[in-house]
Parts: sequence; C-alpha cells; structure tokens
Amino acid sequence: MKAAFRRPESLTDVQTHYCPGCVHGIVHRITAEVIDELDLQDRAVGVASVGCSVLAYDYFDVDFQQAAHGRAPAVATGIKRVRPDASVFTYQGDGDLASIGTAEIIHAAMRGEKITVIFINNAIYGMTGGQMAPTTLRGQKTTTSPYGRDTEHSGDPIRVCEMLATLPGAVYLERTSCHDARHIMQTKRAIKKAFEVQEKGQGFAMVEVVSNCPTNWGMTPRESLEWVEENMIPYYPLGEFRSPEEVE
Amino acid sequence: MSKELVKGNEAVGEAAIRAGCRYFFGYPITPQNEIPEYISARMPEVDGVFLQAESEVAAINMVYGAGGAGGRIMTSSSSPGISLKQEGISYIAGAEVPCVIVNMIRGGPGLGTIQPAQSDYFQATKGGGHGDYRMIVLGPSNLQELVDLTYEAFDLADRYRNPVMVLGDGVMGQMMEPVVFPEMRDLDELPEKEWATTGRGQRDETNLINSLYLDPQDSYEHNMRLADKYARIKENETRFKTLHADDAEYMFVAYGTVARIVRKAIESLREEGHRVGLLRPITLWPFPDEAFEQLVEQVKGFLTVEMSTGQMFEDVRLALNGAVPAEFYGTTGGIMPDYRDVAEQMKKTMDKVGDAS
Ligand SMILES: Cc1ncc(C[n+]2csc(CCOP(=O)(O)OP(=O)(O)O)c2C)c(N)n1
Ligand code: SF4
Repeated sequence: MKAAFRRPESLTDVQTHYCPGCVHGIVHRITAEVIDELDLQDRAVGVASVGCSVLAYDYFDVDFQQAAHGRAPAVATGIKRVRPDASVFTYQGDGDLASIGTAEIIHAAMRGEKITVIFINNAIYGMTGGQMAPTTLRGQKTTTSPYGRDTEHSGDPIRVCEMLATLPGAVYLERTSCHDARHIMQTKRAIKKAFEVQEKGQGFAMVEVVSNCPTNWGMTPRESLEWVEENMIPYYPLGEFRSPEEVE
Repeated sequence: MSKELVKGNEAVGEAAIRAGCRYFFGYPITPQNEIPEYISARMPEVDGVFLQAESEVAAINMVYGAGGAGGRIMTSSSSPGISLKQEGISYIAGAEVPCVIVNMIRGGPGLGTIQPAQSDYFQATKGGGHGDYRMIVLGPSNLQELVDLTYEAFDLADRYRNPVMVLGDGVMGQMMEPVVFPEMRDLDELPEKEWATTGRGQRDETNLINSLYLDPQDSYEHNMRLADKYARIKENETRFKTLHADDAEYMFVAYGTVARIVRKAIESLREEGHRVGLLRPITLWPFPDEAFEQLVEQVKGFLTVEMSTGQMFEDVRLALNGAVPAEFYGTTGGIMPDYRDVAEQMKKTMDKVGDAS
C-alpha cells in the first residue's frame, strides 16, 4: 500500500514548539519536502535565525548553524564560500530579516550570494511577545504600538521583495502566502525553485511567505488566516518580483 | 632561509596565508588597511577567498559561518571595528568556532585617533562581548614575533576550537622590519574537523554549530565545559619572556610595542648601574601570573608601562597580590612613551620603593 502521508526524511521526529495554527510548522514541512525531493539532505546546511524559529536546527534533519539576530545571511555567506557544493539556506523572521538584519540581507542579495532565503513575514515579533515589527501594518496594534501603528511616527511598513528587486544579484524573489491549501502548494513550488536557483548557481534567491501569528495577533488560527488574506495580502501583493528566467 | 623586509600589516597577511588561511572577511579601517589589501591580492594566487563585507558585524558573522563550515579563517580590524565584532566573537566563543582575529589597536574611545594605542586590552582579555568566555590573546612585540604568532594562532584556534586574537597596534602594522616567513602549510595535513557543518554526507548524525542552551542545566554544563577548556589553555599555553631576570632588583612589565621602548630604557638604566629587567607577557590571556610568583622573592618593585591609563596594570596587581609594590606609567590616546621618560619613571619607582623599605 502506498503511504499517503509520512514525515519527510529531512524533518526530525521531534515535536515542534510552535503554537497551534502557526504557519512556521507548515513552512518547515514543505521546506523539508523540497530538500527530500531535490535530494539535498546530505548537502544541505541550514542557518537558524533568532525568532520563534530559533530551534529550527532541532526540527530539520540536516547540518545547521544558529546565527545571531539578523546575521543569518552573513553566516550563510561564510558557509557557502567555504562549501560551494553545499545547499545553504537561511530561515528568518521579519524582525530578524527586515529590521536588525537589513544590512546583511541587502548585501547578500547585492553580491548575488548563492544561498536560499526563506523569509517568514508575520508582521510582528513573535518570540518576544508581539512587539511592532518594521512589517507591522498601518494601524495594527501590537504591544509596542498599543494605539495602532502610526505611520507619522513609525513610517510605513517595509516591502522587502520590492526593495531587493532593484538588485541585479537577487535573481529570484517571490512572495507567497500560506493561508489556504492552494497558496501552500504555491509556496512549496516557490521554495523548490529557490533551491534550484542555488543548485544552478544563478544567484540569490528568496521566498517571502506572508504568515500569521495567531498568538500575538490575539486571534484563532482561522481568524488569523482570514486576516492574512484581507489585510496582509493587499499591502504585500503575492507574485514573482524577480524571476531567474530573466537571467538565463 | 632569507630575510625579507616587510611592513607589519603585510607580514600578517603573508603569515596567515602560509598558515593555511584560505578565507578572509574584513572591512576597511585605518591603521590596518594593508592587511585586507595584501590578502585581496594574494588569496587568488592560492585559490582562497577574500571578501570585503558590508560591515565588521557582517565580517565576523561570515567568519562564524565559514569557521563553522570547517575553513581556516581570519578577519582583521582596528578598535572601532573590533567593537562591532564583539557580538560575533561571543557567538564564536560560545559555539566553539576556531578563527583568528587581528586587532591593530588605535586610540579611543569612540572614533578616537588613528595613532597607536594599547587601550583595547580590557576588551580583548576581559570579554568585550557578553557571557563567560575567554579568548586567547597574543601580544607580539616585533615583526618576526607578529609573523610567528599569527602563523601559530591558527593551530591554537583549531586545537582548542576557540577564537584567537593577535593584538598589535598601529605602529606595528605600519613599521618595516626584516622577517623570515615560515614555510607554506600543506593543507592536506591540517586536522580533520569532523564537527563542521559541511552537509551531512555519509555521517550518521547531523552537525550543529550553536551557542543556545535554553535549559539552565544544559547551559551550566556548557559553561563549565568551557571553563575546563580555559583552564587547560592556561595550563598549556601561557607564555612570557624575561630580560635580566637573573639579577634584576626592579622590573618593568610591558607588552607589544611598548616592550621595545622599555628595552631601550633598560639599556640606559643599566649603563648607569641600575639592575633593572623586563617581564614581557606574550599571552595577554592567559596572563602569566606564575611568572610574577617566581620573581617576587628577588624583585623589589614592578613598573608597568602601557599605552593606556592602566589596563594590563590591573592584571599585574592581581598577580602580585600586594607581595611587592606595583607602580604604573602610561601614555594614552595615541601618544607613545619616550624611553627617557620611561627610564625616569623607573628611577622614581626605585626611590619610592627604596624610601618605603
Ligand atoms: C541582538 C538581539 N536583540 C534582540 C533580541 C531579542 N529578540 C529575540 S527574537 C526577536 C524578534 C523576532 O521576531 P521575528 O524575526 O519577526 O520572528 P518571529 O518570532 O515573529 O518568528 C527579538 C527582538 C535578540 N535575541 N538579540
Ligand atoms: S508566537 Fe506567533 S510566530 Fe511564534 S510560534 Fe506562536 S504563533 Fe507562531
């Protein structure tokens, strides 16, 4: 009998600490599936960032380095330069990538660093308890924007794909979402492509996954997914911002 | 082997290449620019990688990644840049990633001056970054020693899986001296790093480079294991040199460039009949406490001379623990001491200690 559902080889048999309904778990799983499908488990080296996914090294059954807050693209650069044959990926939240780590992500993209970046944009600092992120939407309430994000005071949220799309080295940039099965499948296709771009040595590849944080948004998982669709996607439009075909 | 006349910073670069360093990540800052410049030209000749990072923060994190992946890695900078590297150094120490960091110290605080100083001694030897870690800190005093210690630093880093800092200063980087370079290391003979994140390959277990221990008991045990390692380093690697230790009644304590100035002061003092000598720490961490224990029977007083307002002096006082008087003379903010002033200060020390006894 064919197994309809089983754990990917590249995921460990460890229960994650993610909250019920959190998209982190889904993205871990589809990333592991991609690593299996592309037969990369023996060559993959992951870089865990600082945020809710800090323990990603416990969940992926591949070599890993844990990086300081925001520095994952620099750490991945170091690994890739020593091990050009490895398949090196970072897994970063929006506080990590779009706030404290902006210099590192921009310059890794500028250099066309041959790494794969999985960027989880949930518009909030999950791990530290729901503070405002640079990606927090206008008017969105967080523990450090209790009256809602005031753009006069804090500016407008940062759109990372659009910003990186000005850099020739960033050959593949796509924004996806995980709010329903169809979009999850699209996210998986994008992550696969982002690993393939690295395999072909084309340059920097990043998938931004518009995600949720039911816990700190104060919503049920279902409400949070609806909120992604109704509020996040209008500001963070889905699609390819740079496509590797343009490079070929 | 023939001697070559080279500039200090370039000597560091060549010594690193010969030691088997094949990856360098750095960011420009005076007075160490000739290190990345030299290496950027030299690395392609040995199929190595030179990468100019976007900042010292990125550079040290590239070092962390590259060292974790098993390469022989170096970065270099000067004081303000080394301050930026401190977070990364803490992670490197915590995750036990071998690497070599060169600091050609300039005067501080803040943007300070591009002139030489020794005012980063605290930062280098007492932490700098957060957490209960130690870094091996080597303080060469001439260019041959700079070459030899840089060369050896990579082996020390690998042997203990620990960051090693070569602590020079602006003068050392800029001056020229004849040196003999050690032979080119055969990369095939470098130790295997079975812990490195190379991709799992045929291994049964995955490798992890990490400094996070959420469980307090695990964190405690990790820290205690590190403490054991640091004790081993202290036991095995403490280094110092003495001059006139056989008959000295008074001793200077100085390291690096200042030790050279002190030697000149000693010459002139001995010509006048004063029995003075020098204790020169080579490892600033581990600090050579035992050297003092051996000398306190015979030496009446110690004068520490530094290009700071008294940083190593604190370690000297701890080592002496009040056994004999300890005096200090320092110049700071980019000014080098003049050997005549140093000699004069020693006379004052002798008078003061002599009067008191
Ligand atoms: C230098 C530093 N500053 C601050 C922190 C505290 N910190 C931990 S996680 C985090 C935010 C993480 O948010 P994000 O990247 O959005 O990931 P999420 O938790 O939402 O998945 C912060 C600020 C830290 N660990 N290190
Ligand atoms: S706090 Fe938010 S981002 Fe973190 S695991 Fe829970 S739901 Fe996910």
